[in-house]
Amino acid sequence: MIKLKRFLHSQKYAPYIFILPFVIIFIIFWLFPLLNSFRMSFQDQMLGQEPIWIGFDNYKKLMNDTVFVKAVTNSVIYMAATLLLLIPFPMLFAVLLDSKYMKLREFFKSSFFVPALTSVVVAGTIFRLMFGEMEGSLMNTFLANFNLGPFKYLKDQTLSRIALLALACWRWTGVNMLYFLAGLNAIDKEYYEAAAIDGATAFQRFKNITVPLIKPTTVYVLTISIYAGLAMFTESLMLFNGNNSPKNIGLTIVGYLYRQGIEKNRLGYAATVGIFLLIVAMTINLTQLKLTGTFKKEGSK
Amino acid sequence: MSKLSEKKTKEKGFSLLLILFFTVLFIIIMLPFYAITLASFKPGEDLIRYGLNLRFDLSIMSFDNFVFLFTGDHSYFTWFKNSMFLTIVQVALTLFVSAFVAYGFAAYEFKGKTPLFICVLLIMMVPFEILLLPLYKLIFDLKLMNTYTAIVLPGIANAGTIFFFRQYLRGIPKAIIDSGRVDGATEYGIFFRLIVPVMKPSFAAMAILNGMNSWNNLLWPFMVLGDGKKFTLPIGLKTLLTPYGNNYDLLIVGSFFAILPIFLLFLAFQKYFIGGLTAGAVKG
Repeated sequence: MIKLKRFLHSQKYAPYIFILPFVIIFIIFWLFPLLNSFRMSFQDQMLGQEPIWIGFDNYKKLMNDTVFVKAVTNSVIYMAATLLLLIPFPMLFAVLLDSKYMKLREFFKSSFFVPALTSVVVAGTIFRLMFGEMEGSLMNTFLANFNLGPFKYLKDQTLSRIALLALACWRWTGVNMLYFLAGLNAIDKEYYEAAAIDGATAFQRFKNITVPLIKPTTVYVLTISIYAGLAMFTESLMLFNGNNSPKNIGLTIVGYLYRQGIEKNRLGYAATVGIFLLIVAMTINLTQLKLTGTFKKEGSK
Repeated sequence: MSKLSEKKTKEKGFSLLLILFFTVLFIIIMLPFYAITLASFKPGEDLIRYGLNLRFDLSIMSFDNFVFLFTGDHSYFTWFKNSMFLTIVQVALTLFVSAFVAYGFAAYEFKGKTPLFICVLLIMMVPFEILLLPLYKLIFDLKLMNTYTAIVLPGIANAGTIFFFRQYLRGIPKAIIDSGRVDGATEYGIFFRLIVPVMKPSFAAMAILNGMNSWNNLLWPFMVLGDGKKFTLPIGLKTLLTPYGNNYDLLIVGSFFAILPIFLLFLAFQKYFIGGLTAGAVKG
């Protein structure tokens, strides 16, 4: 007993006690499921039944699965579009908001964050109804001013993509703007003063000081946006009121994983979809981190 | 006009232009909130017929939905109560365990520290959605389906929260720890009595971030919970939308009240919301 107490209280072993909860949770709820995911991808398996080993069959099937290709296309387009919309614009807004001529800065900063407080259920419902196909819906009323429409947004491939992106932009512009504002705050103001003395224009200062020095923030936002874009599911689930959008126009990779694994109880096949997502997400992000030179900087530190 | 005052006018014009620009953005961003607030006063029928719109028509507007929310026969407040309970339990346990672990990483040098910390980063790097199925199967095999344990336990040592706390703790002077040791406190006594009190601001930031995520979380609870009595608010609201018809009377006013607690917290603790969220971004 005394021995145990001495063991628990020794400075040498105490750190391991502190770390222990993490190690346990990490092994049971992260490492084991992840490894199991690889194993399941080589099996034919249903919940509560003995799995059957089937080698690479799931992978072969996946490559010829046109619905899966559709899901991947949707997810990749969504991700690419969110990168184009949710990085440059929030960055620009942050720079403008950070300008010394800006009044009411704190008010705008806070109010742009408010959409991020809503759950995907509430936000999805609001956007589903705003992009409703009825003539009186907000979007159709608005477009009628320009003699356009009415449109059935959620039954059309392009228009439903726009609706999904509108939802994403509404929720995340303010958050990304805050990231960039935090990044801007970390830049030494002396650089700008020196540039102003040298007679640099506002655009030159933005291009030559702000953009390079804010890069760590940009890389961070890029990294999380790539993951969030590729793994998007619940937004589509709420906007289309279910996982079965017409002709799968709203189906995403995770949506397909959910359909196969939960709705159809094909756990093995769904696990294969998960492995695919893992490989694609890791590849894109590692490439991106390499291209932006994040690893190099870490190494030289 | 002198050059100086000319510059002044220019600055004023620029300032005005900025305000105008951000005001337009503000209106666009607030439009959905205005629309849903307006809709909460309209009958569900109107929504089915016209969708969500900005028509301000007093003749069809009433407090009926609010009356129905508070007096009608439905499960809204069961969901509300469940969400409240789950959020509080989840936040309290996650903060406690994550802070405990983070202290281990921040205060000590020990063998295996670096590889273990890489594991923390690894969790943050792999999208949770990939684990959805094996985790679902694990919960099924452990007979934890339909329990709150299944929702709370996997995330109890939250990687992002551990990371944030560790960053925060690294800024705390080691002298506090040494003085505790001189006074004869145990390693855990030092953590609970000396460290936890100075961590308060970081607790606030993480409580809000985790609380918001927990309150709004849909997918995992939706997969794990099958019993309607245990539904959380997001799940409950989702059940109001069915392929056969939507209960907008309750959904809209219910959504309104689902945003409210988070919104009030935000008004009261803005800087913690923003602090918790942006902590990781500046220096990854």
